[in-house]
Amino acid sequence: MFLKNFLFHLGRYFIMMRMALYQPERMSMYYKETMRQMNDIGIGSLVIVGLISIFIGAVTAVQFAYQLDGTLVPTYYIGYIVRDSTIIELAPTITCLVLAGKVGSNIAAEIGGMRQKEHIDAMEIMGVNTAGYLILPKVLAAVVVIPMLVAIAAFISIMGGYVASVPTGLMSNAEFVQGVRAFFVPYNVFMMFVKAVVFAILLTSVSSYQGYYVEGGSIELGKASTNAVVFSDILILLADYVIAVLLTG
Amino acid sequence: MIKAVDLFKSFGEQEVLKGITTEFYPGKTNLIIGRSGAGKTVLLKLLVGLLSPTKGQVFYDDVDFFNLNKRQVRTIRMKVGMLFQASALFDSMTVEENIRFPLDMFTTMTRKEKLDRVNYCLERVNLHEVNSKYPSEISGGMQKRVGIARAIVLEPKYLFCDEPNSGLDPKTAILIDELIRSITIENNITTVVNTHDMNSVMGIGDNVILLYDGEIAWRGDRDEVMESDNEILQNFIFASPFLQQLRDTALKK
Repeated sequence: MFLKNFLFHLGRYFIMMRMALYQPERMSMYYKETMRQMNDIGIGSLVIVGLISIFIGAVTAVQFAYQLDGTLVPTYYIGYIVRDSTIIELAPTITCLVLAGKVGSNIAAEIGGMRQKEHIDAMEIMGVNTAGYLILPKVLAAVVVIPMLVAIAAFISIMGGYVASVPTGLMSNAEFVQGVRAFFVPYNVFMMFVKAVVFAILLTSVSSYQGYYVEGGSIELGKASTNAVVFSDILILLADYVIAVLLTG
Repeated sequence: MIKAVDLFKSFGEQEVLKGITTEFYPGKTNLIIGRSGAGKTVLLKLLVGLLSPTKGQVFYDDVDFFNLNKRQVRTIRMKVGMLFQASALFDSMTVEENIRFPLDMFTTMTRKEKLDRVNYCLERVNLHEVNSKYPSEISGGMQKRVGIARAIVLEPKYLFCDEPNSGLDPKTAILIDELIRSITIENNITTVVNTHDMNSVMGIGDNVILLYDGEIAWRGDRDEVMESDNEILQNFIFASPFLQQLRDTALKK
């Protein structure tokens, strides 16, 4: 039963994504919608991403300072650890988990609401490819904007580490800067962007799927919104592991 | 003309439509009537292709709709306009943007041409100075009229209306009916209206089919309604004692 259900949803998800990739009816309309989504996803999420990132960096710095206390590991390693843990893991993963909650639930509710109010039927009857018009701009916008958000999150997180460690006397300014500049591997930044792009596709498409096929009333819409967040989060963590294995193997 | 041939539709075990065969004529308001749960909405959704039949065919001017590929379906759909029960206007768009949406999506008209067309359609449904209002800022009757304006903006050959009078006061309902009828005649559109409003039947019923338990129980026009001795029709149209009394008085005269 579970397997049958899983295969049903998987098949329907891929059919929806295939429909979303059909040639747009009018490029200018899709462009306009993509710009609107970029604004909603990008600008609309800046504050929450910034806020979370500063604490991620701060907590990482404080906790590593605590763990390295009394060891022979040089203090400047804290800056190095904050930088690498942020770039490789925390910035893309935590940012996208948070965005799954904020953007994903919003997408599911928006599309689901349109389904329930017959807006999608109205578009279908006009001849609009609704999967394309409603889903593709969201995915494209996320693929462009979420890596930018992740890059900003990484920068703010490192700043958070600085704020938590230098003014509080955990280490000097020179030590933190030395740590941040030590053993830098540009490939890690590439890995961060790969994660950001994959997570962006997952969270927008899964959330769109939950909204697009919603049936029933407000309770079902609420469930779809919750499912969008839960499944996006699970798939992001699964993809995080797969990407880590593939790109570091 | 739209033709339904031997249409069946089931949802699981439940058979909702049981072999509907009928025709809907151009330049006429074709009404599908019946009690709630008779299968009217399902039939309408089958006609516009929002649902697929379990068995049977739908022809748009001899073109078998369910045998078309996606591109051909889109071509047909660009000739279709639909007014939804709850109007289905896009909340985040103004009235003007709602009506302009199909033009933006499917035409290469200039901005000025689009605006002219939008204003013409608004004029046609007797709405003025509502261009910049949002659907939530206008009344239910006005929303229906905006819905009609959006449905006719691409000059459709086929117009579908799902319960256009639901939630409206009798006077506004009659206005909407008259609007649908005049647009149908003016543009020689094949209009299919799904309703259980008795005023609509008597006012605009050029071609009426009565659905009962998934089958066609009666067909005719509004003039034949009064004289028909079909029990299901009589029970449906003249449901209340007051209406039965009115009918008896009218027949005596």
